[in-house]
Amino acid sequence: MSTPNSQIARDLAASRATRPHPSMFLRMLLRAAVLRRGRAASALFAMVVAAAVTTAMLNLYVDVQSKLQREFRNYGANIIVVGKDGSSLPAGTLSRVDATLARRGIAAPFAMVVARTSDGQPIVVAGTDFRRVRQLDHWWSVTTWPSSALQALVGTRALPVVSPKNQAFDLSFQGRTIHLAPAGTLQTGAAEDSRIYLSLADFVNWTGVQPSTIEVAATGSSAEILAIMKELARAVPSAEVRPVRQIVEGEARVLGKTRSTLLAAAALIILTAALCVLSTLVGWVFDRRRDFAIMKALGASERLLNGFFAAEAAALGAIGALIGFVLGIGIALWIGRVNFHASVVPRFSVLPIVLLGSMAITLISAILPISLLRRVQPAVILRGE
Amino acid sequence: MFVRLVYESFRRQKRRKLLAGAAIALGVTVATAMIAVATDIGDKINRELRTIGANLVVTPQEDSLDLDIGGVNVKPPTDGAFLNESDLSNILGIFWHNNITGFAPMLPVPVKLSHNAHPINAILLGTYFSHPVTYGTDKLTTGVRTTHPWWKVSGAWPSDNSSDVLLGDRLAREIGATTGDEITVAGRPLHVSGILSTGSGEDGEIVAPLALAQQVIGRPGAVRRVYVSALTKPEDAFARRDPKSMSGAIYDRWYCSPYPQSIAYQLQEAIPHSHAEQIRQVSQNEGAVLTRIEGLIFLITLAALFASGLAVSAAMATAIFERRTEVGLMKALGAGKLAIASIFFAEAALLALLGGIIGFVTGSLLAHRIGESIFNSQISIQPVLLPVILAIAVIVTFAGSAAAIRRAVQFDPVFALRGEL
Repeated sequence: MSTPNSQIARDLAASRATRPHPSMFLRMLLRAAVLRRGRAASALFAMVVAAAVTTAMLNLYVDVQSKLQREFRNYGANIIVVGKDGSSLPAGTLSRVDATLARRGIAAPFAMVVARTSDGQPIVVAGTDFRRVRQLDHWWSVTTWPSSALQALVGTRALPVVSPKNQAFDLSFQGRTIHLAPAGTLQTGAAEDSRIYLSLADFVNWTGVQPSTIEVAATGSSAEILAIMKELARAVPSAEVRPVRQIVEGEARVLGKTRSTLLAAAALIILTAALCVLSTLVGWVFDRRRDFAIMKALGASERLLNGFFAAEAAALGAIGALIGFVLGIGIALWIGRVNFHASVVPRFSVLPIVLLGSMAITLISAILPISLLRRVQPAVILRGE
Repeated sequence: MFVRLVYESFRRQKRRKLLAGAAIALGVTVATAMIAVATDIGDKINRELRTIGANLVVTPQEDSLDLDIGGVNVKPPTDGAFLNESDLSNILGIFWHNNITGFAPMLPVPVKLSHNAHPINAILLGTYFSHPVTYGTDKLTTGVRTTHPWWKVSGAWPSDNSSDVLLGDRLAREIGATTGDEITVAGRPLHVSGILSTGSGEDGEIVAPLALAQQVIGRPGAVRRVYVSALTKPEDAFARRDPKSMSGAIYDRWYCSPYPQSIAYQLQEAIPHSHAEQIRQVSQNEGAVLTRIEGLIFLITLAALFASGLAVSAAMATAIFERRTEVGLMKALGAGKLAIASIFFAEAALLALLGGIIGFVTGSLLAHRIGESIFNSQISIQPVLLPVILAIAVIVTFAGSAAAIRRAVQFDPVFALRGEL
């Protein structure tokens, strides 16, 4: 005995069961969060921490390379431009190298001859640009840098030979003599200690010899440095461009190993954080099996129930991910400041990954208990068994 | 009764205990692996940094000036002083001998070189390739293959007691010689076993076993300089102090720290009439890189400890919250708060110990794997770490359970039993 009225009522009930009133759906979501504040907050807290840790790790992983590359530039030159067969480089090479580098590194010219001291001892004298060398070779331990013309920087081993009482001294090269005042001493522990350094202008005036070597500290990944080397070889065809192999190889090795270690650590931490979220959320949903049973007893369909819990999980995941992202960027910035004394550039490209990952993990942890509960009769749950 | 309650709880609720135990084991695994990696990373990166080259150099004390231009030393062979090769084994006798990864003596000799053509001037560089050195019971096989890992040879490395040589690739191109050719150096016919490429001065030289170079120069046992690769600690203000101005205890502390300065000082003591110095380009920057990487891994280890602590707490809180009916029943039967709390804490401690041991073992294996796959060497786990890790596991589990246990004992048994919480 089906009357039109009862037919309408049944249709209505069926549609309610699958599609609830939007405001009702929203209210259920909100009330669920408000009424069980403690549990909801702890789930959100776990989510925020997981998202923050993930964001910070991904940011650091992307950024550590450029940070460490900067540290490695303190090792000085990684590219050397030399005249073929030891000859001088043509005039204007330095400005061409500078133009090619275009702020991607520093270059310093070096010219060298063997001169004689006043008592006839041979000694290596080099001309260079002190302003550039100070930026390039941070490990040079110098007492005072020369500041005016005809001042020399004397290596610690050369000092007792040319100027034991720190007095002015003469050097001669091919019959021409130069009178120099020692400005300070230089110590590196390597060949530089036996040399005397002059400004390039003084050196060229005195010897007439142009620079034969340009040392270049280029910044960037190994591929970028290779590209810079190719550009340099094209810009200065008369010179030989070669990498300082021990620096380039050492840097690549250390960077690679550090990044692998970081990746392993990131994987472990993200896994732990995800499991923490999973266990908290599964507990939360299990806890609410009475809500679930009541809704089911009142006639909610499976699709509606799944939708309800999924929407709740997605909302939790999204909110947690956003808060966590901001927090994680903060952590990455802090680590950058404390450890590298430079700010880590926030990577917003990480946000979609964190957001999707968070929502995926919350969805899994909501659906998992629901699919277990689905098989149980509401009456059994409501009786508290 | 207490023991039976705890025992039955483990026997009957296997699933829940398994979940909580797994969470603890996982947390401890991550913590152990990260702590092991963090304590060993300095040593590992230090070894990797050795690929940049030796960080110490030993030269004769009363030496004349080097005439080094573009990596080629043009000093006359008779000029200046020499070190004695037989003193070099003393390097293995210094206080920090375990930190010495290798050393290579160098003896450059200017020679006349000919190969089917006019003789030209070249430098014959005598060194160790892979030479066994013994000092007492200590043995070390050392040479440029350890200290200069960026040297590449096409062909074969010569043996240290042969008269085979390596030819720098620029020089080889210049005279048109290749592997297997015979060249004449200072009147001796020598066999070229390989072509050497280094990217620096040696590309224009002939590299030979040290004994051969000593025969050519006519000075058996002579060495110009020795490059030493040592694992060092980043230097600080204390390292830079002058050992002569230190008093007893401070001097001992300085002497017994592996700073580049103190190792150089010990090398100077070990080799008579020598002057040892750090190569600042290598040793200065090494400290900076090492400090940064160690700092980074330390901070990340803190994050890992925090995350694993949180995971353990979350699992424990969930496990206890699920048992509120049980708590209600116990309370209805007259159990006091203390009795209930002690049952939970005993269970937590048991779980923490079991999970902690399992986690320690898997964490050690994990650290081992990380060491093998990333650094091709083992990450050693100090057994001392086990009690520390277990203590941390118990504390974290207690801390994680404390809030949940407090709430559990405060449940009103009536509501708990009706299931209305």
